[in-house]
Amino acid sequence: MSTNTGTNTGTDTGNTDTGNTDTDTASGTPERTTVVPARAPWSAVVHTGETLTITDLHGNQAVDFLLYDAHDTSVRYSAPDTIHAQGGIFLTTGSVLMSNEHTPLMTVTADDVGRHDTVGGACSKESNSLRYGHHTWSQHACVDNFLAEGAKHGLGKRDLVSNINWYMNVPVEKDGTLGIVDGISAPGLSLTLRAERDVLVLVSNCPQINNPCNGFDPTAVRMTITEAAGT
Amino acid sequence: MATETTYGARNHARAQEGTHAETMPVVPAADWPDPPPEATHLTWAETVAGGNYTHRTLARGTDLRLTDPYGDACAHVLLHVTDRPWERLNVADTVKVQWNAYLGEGVLLLSDQGRVLASVVADTSGHHDALCGTSTLVRNTDRYGDGAPQSKSPAGRELFKLAAAKNGLEPRDLPPSLSFFQGVRVGDDGTLDFTGSAGPGASVTLRTEQAVTVLIANVPHPADPRPEYISTALEVLAWRSAPTAPGDPLWDATPEGRRAFLNTAEFLTARGSA
Repeated sequence: MSTNTGTNTGTDTGNTDTGNTDTDTASGTPERTTVVPARAPWSAVVHTGETLTITDLHGNQAVDFLLYDAHDTSVRYSAPDTIHAQGGIFLTTGSVLMSNEHTPLMTVTADDVGRHDTVGGACSKESNSLRYGHHTWSQHACVDNFLAEGAKHGLGKRDLVSNINWYMNVPVEKDGTLGIVDGISAPGLSLTLRAERDVLVLVSNCPQINNPCNGFDPTAVRMTITEAAGT
Repeated sequence: MATETTYGARNHARAQEGTHAETMPVVPAADWPDPPPEATHLTWAETVAGGNYTHRTLARGTDLRLTDPYGDACAHVLLHVTDRPWERLNVADTVKVQWNAYLGEGVLLLSDQGRVLASVVADTSGHHDALCGTSTLVRNTDRYGDGAPQSKSPAGRELFKLAAAKNGLEPRDLPPSLSFFQGVRVGDDGTLDFTGSAGPGASVTLRTEQAVTVLIANVPHPADPRPEYISTALEVLAWRSAPTAPGDPLWDATPEGRRAFLNTAEFLTARGSA
């Protein structure tokens, strides 16, 4: 596994991990595909009816995910509303991602993995200092990705709330003990979300190297936005 | 009519002084009739009506005791650092850093900055929740017919918006909240089981570790399955105490908590406020 060397080498696995966006219209279904490199942020507007497919290219890669109404970013993903609307903490096919005003933002329409995390939130330099020690301070973290990418859309620190962690495995024991444990994803597994309104998606491809959320080895993921059928 | 003139109206209004309601702030707080024995100097004493809200700025080292006298209170709580509200309660960090989804004695309420906002120093309820947040206008309108603040079934988020506004804060400043006195438990498959209340008389005491602004909405828990909107009064008492210091068993209870206290102490010392 990678250890803290105080540097961020930017190296990655796989020669397709370029971060480029390609538009594929040859198949008749217009798509926009982006490979998000290891440790990098990403954002996009997904319009009502369009789908976003997130593919875990190399396996066990946590994808930290926030969601906003594209036209009013004070309406944003709410972990608690999503949890109590569906009566449970794990997300899978059929789960509706709810806003803080209890309105649907996106729906999970397909999922190869079976469950994803709503509880653990994002890693940060600050929380890393509590979880592992102050030696982790110079490592990159999801909150920094959210801040950097969110700023492109006028979002700041006040706009960050508890997020989804796709592909991250966080069980809760009878006594309430919870923790990030080895993942249940695998290379090539994916999930698909349908936008229920125009949404701004904010992603941090998690850089964490101190726990098994990324198998101790952050890797690239692929984002594919597909236009709604018939449009 | 006694109120047909300005003088009469003034007399009529002033004659209301001294009226006692069951749900009201007691000012000065020292006039609260039965203070806890350990409360040397009460700084806040209030009974919050069901379906209502309150808020206060508290000094570092304040004990804040919430009590559920009738068994159907639910205190939805948010904490922001006073004068630096961009540092605020982070529920995800609170449960993740401490390796536990449930709230109880010894739990630290953590900010997004790796510091402690408040510690839970006493708890006779054990029925709390860090997962479900509070209720919304949409949800209450669907369940009870209305969720507006002036309705008979106000939503927690609507009341939080008002409490926030009175502290210069906006809806963007309202992250997921905690709920005291009404709980849930998580099953093996991740599903939630609503435990409800521990019954009348339970209390929980928070100790502020920084100067914080506390927002409280006293409304039914969003997972309360009862078809009626049931929300009884919440008692709020606060008094001057002392923040957790090195040597306190809580300071060293866990390595994560110790580092959170160290971060807090260093931050406050650097800015000259500890």
